[in-house]
Amino acid sequence: MMAAEQNVSGTLDRRDVVGRILERRGDALVVTGLGSSCYDAGVHDHPNTFYLWGAMGAAAMMGLGLALAQPARRVVVITGDGEMLMGLGSLATIGAQKPENLAIVVIDNELYAETGMQATHTARGVDLAVMAKGAGFTLAETVRSEHDLERAIAALYETRGTVFLDVKVTSQRYPMSIRLRDGAHIKNRFRENLLGQAAFD
Amino acid sequence: MKQETVPRTWPGDIYQVFKRLKVAQVAYVPDAGHTQLILDCQGDPEMTAVSLTTEQEGVAMLSGAWLGGNRGALLMQSSGAGNCINMLSLAQECRFPLLMLITMRGEWGEFNPWQLAMGQSTQRVLEHSGCVVQRVDKAEEVGEVVFAAGQMAFSTNRAVAVLIGQRIVGFKDWSK
Repeated sequence: MMAAEQNVSGTLDRRDVVGRILERRGDALVVTGLGSSCYDAGVHDHPNTFYLWGAMGAAAMMGLGLALAQPARRVVVITGDGEMLMGLGSLATIGAQKPENLAIVVIDNELYAETGMQATHTARGVDLAVMAKGAGFTLAETVRSEHDLERAIAALYETRGTVFLDVKVTSQRYPMSIRLRDGAHIKNRFRENLLGQAAFD
Repeated sequence: MKQETVPRTWPGDIYQVFKRLKVAQVAYVPDAGHTQLILDCQGDPEMTAVSLTTEQEGVAMLSGAWLGGNRGALLMQSSGAGNCINMLSLAQECRFPLLMLITMRGEWGEFNPWQLAMGQSTQRVLEHSGCVVQRVDKAEEVGEVVFAAGQMAFSTNRAVAVLIGQRIVGFKDWSK
């Protein structure tokens, strides 16, 4: 049985955080991790968003490949703490590569929400922002308040370099938002919107 | 490595094929067999060579590259193929093209018993993960096979792996 309440450190609302990030996306390209981050972003569906429904641990590295291919565009990865923990090596790879246009936002509820609300390592003191800083990210911080969130979102889009935000949110769960889950379709939609006819070369 | 009587030209052949295929991103976990190719790619201003902490990162990275309009290639040793299994679901489900060049260990004159487990199962693991697998065992055919694999990967949106036989790559002589 699922616990009714979870003792997590975050006070921000995940859907509000993701909504506020995406309302300022402009021409940014977005990759989401699987699970709740996918559903949060799906509320604001856009062809410039690629949704992962699996391949846990892929989000940050997909962001890197996309950022290298599209250096003039801002690339924003929105993922969860569990997904980020499964791809921690990516932080080192991205820190070593130093693209100028890549931001990673971890919506950190300190829980594996999809699998029964088990605690992740971030509930036990593991600090993802410190790890990103250690990997060489230009800006890396933990966001806990409304005030910090406003400032951090501006930095997310304006910083030249690599940005890592670990945004602490509550354990609130929301229903799935989008039905779009066919991977080939999501990919083709994204490429056609971004590349036009060249998508079919 | 065994003493070679002729200079090794196949890494340069692969590099020339990358140019023909317009490969822009090369992801790699360093491997002795790919040493020269990695250097060539690092020195090419039209390519970005990215060193990975684990091979599965490359599967995700090159999917992102393709989303953004770049072609890529992933270089690894056979021991890395097993690290990619779940990440290959990304290529299979989304029909991302993926060109993988895998130098083989554990199959020809191998001295290290720990290489056998993955070396002997690489092809089956990749096939079970939805990849087309093609082998090359003659140095002079490497370029041709890699070009054919690249065309298949990028034209049919499939994961295609080329296994470069250990007989080509060379093995350590353990008798001394």
